[in-house]
Amino acid sequence: MSAPVLSVSHARKQFGGLVAVNDVSFDVNEGEVIGLIGPNGSGKTTMLNLISGALSPTDGEIRLAGERISGMAAHQIARKGVARTFQLVRVLPSLDAEQNVMAGAVFGHRKLWGREAHELARGLLDLVGLAGRGHSPVSALTYIDQKRVELARALAADPRVLLLDEWLAGLNPSELQIGIALIEKLGREGRTIIMVEHVMDAIRSLCGRCVVMNSGRKIAEGDVDDVLSDPEVVRAYLGDDDDA
Amino acid sequence: MSGFLNGLKAGEWRGLILGAVIVALAATLPRFDDGFYLSISVNIMLYAALCTAWSLFSGPTHYVSLATAAFYGLGTYCVGLGIDILPYPLLVLVAALVGALVAGLVGAMTLRISGVYFVIFTFGLAELVRQLVTWTQTKFATAMGLYVFTDFNESHIYWMLLALTAAVFLTGFLINRSRLGFAMTVIGNDETVARHVGIDTARAKIILFMVSGAFIAIAGAITAPRYTYIEPPSAFNPMISFLVVIMSLLGGTRRLWGPLVGVIPFTIAMDFISARFPNHTSIVIGLAFFAIVYLLPNGVTGRLEQLWTKFRTRKPAEHGAVAEKQA
Repeated sequence: MSAPVLSVSHARKQFGGLVAVNDVSFDVNEGEVIGLIGPNGSGKTTMLNLISGALSPTDGEIRLAGERISGMAAHQIARKGVARTFQLVRVLPSLDAEQNVMAGAVFGHRKLWGREAHELARGLLDLVGLAGRGHSPVSALTYIDQKRVELARALAADPRVLLLDEWLAGLNPSELQIGIALIEKLGREGRTIIMVEHVMDAIRSLCGRCVVMNSGRKIAEGDVDDVLSDPEVVRAYLGDDDDA
Repeated sequence: MSGFLNGLKAGEWRGLILGAVIVALAATLPRFDDGFYLSISVNIMLYAALCTAWSLFSGPTHYVSLATAAFYGLGTYCVGLGIDILPYPLLVLVAALVGALVAGLVGAMTLRISGVYFVIFTFGLAELVRQLVTWTQTKFATAMGLYVFTDFNESHIYWMLLALTAAVFLTGFLINRSRLGFAMTVIGNDETVARHVGIDTARAKIILFMVSGAFIAIAGAITAPRYTYIEPPSAFNPMISFLVVIMSLLGGTRRLWGPLVGVIPFTIAMDFISARFPNHTSIVIGLAFFAIVYLLPNGVTGRLEQLWTKFRTRKPAEHGAVAEKQA
């Protein structure tokens, strides 16, 4: 088996007395789409923040293709090839869609500029379904379209690992189908994706494997169907039986 | 250089040519008057350079710097201390280096902290430098001030300030078209996103603060001969810092030429007020500050742009933006 592209070992994040991520380890292989699931407040987004460098772990380490990235600043990790979207969509309001996407390509390890960056941005807007909308101000875009822009921006960096933080949340059923199809396409192209998601249908159809967290700990990992029928995972989501 | 020119859009060409014409016209001013109008034009040109340089940094970052007086005073003192030792052009260069160096140090120390603390720190810095200079002079020198004797007259100073203003504009123009400029726009929009697309936000801000500090120090070096006698209270006058903030915000910092829109009327108004009501300038500055914050948060140019956008969107959709909004 080849070395994992991303390896999290014994990651821990503590905020004062609260341990948001507690001794979590998992590996992600090249080209794998992995789901990171768990009830609200279980530490999924914090885990993603540790990988992207928005937060640095209190303990443990994270390696990207063998190189230690935990402890690096977010911009350094981004340049190493980790790109992300945000739970609450973050677009750059004063720029148009194309410039928003360009931002992903200009400063990452690609370092494109000028016409190349514009062309890449246009191509990615096509890919996410926003062909010809490059010059729309992002504030005039609908919620799903803003999410598309954000995804295109992350892809513009040509990341080795793409982190999606509830990218499918807040979409209506038909948008959800479009969104799932889009991520599926990225997976087929060989992108390595870690997705935090509450939409179980999406996890089932997109992820080969998933990691389940509860109260900061990893409680299960493996094949999606197996993991979702794991009694501890069911208990984490639905609570204990009261008839003990 | 040809690669750079090839990349220019029609609008940018127009801007450059218009700028060159304005500079050429402005350069003829001392031919027409060498009294009051020249004197007030020197003031306008000084604040045009200071405010545009200030906005290079404070415009995109929204960090309000009150260190203008510190950089300006350092520039003046470079000339005051070195005028008998080094040729003047070299002193201007030294001033730029000192300004950039101090800005770099201050930036490295403060730009990681949030905006409010930055304001207080920069204000404190200006006072600290002033006190240090005063202390050094009383301790090691015989006199409080320094004499600067040169052959420069008001016209020379005017031309040098005009050249400086043009240089600041050109630098701003080049930065705006560069990766650094794009990085600053992204930072101004959302610093979290900026970090996650790979922008070293601290470094970008420090570089810009250094460029801004260097230009402000040069402005100090250029105006030093005008004072003839330099002493800390005039060189490090905190009023300079406040006036620069007010004029820049009045004009608006979103466009490179925004501050200029504030500088011209405000300098003329201040000149009138300090001549007629010399004891009431602080009141006017205070009122102006209130008026800007409450009535023109994005400055005159920001307000005009807002009105222009409103006017355009009211016209039938031709851009597609309106149609999309309804979709």
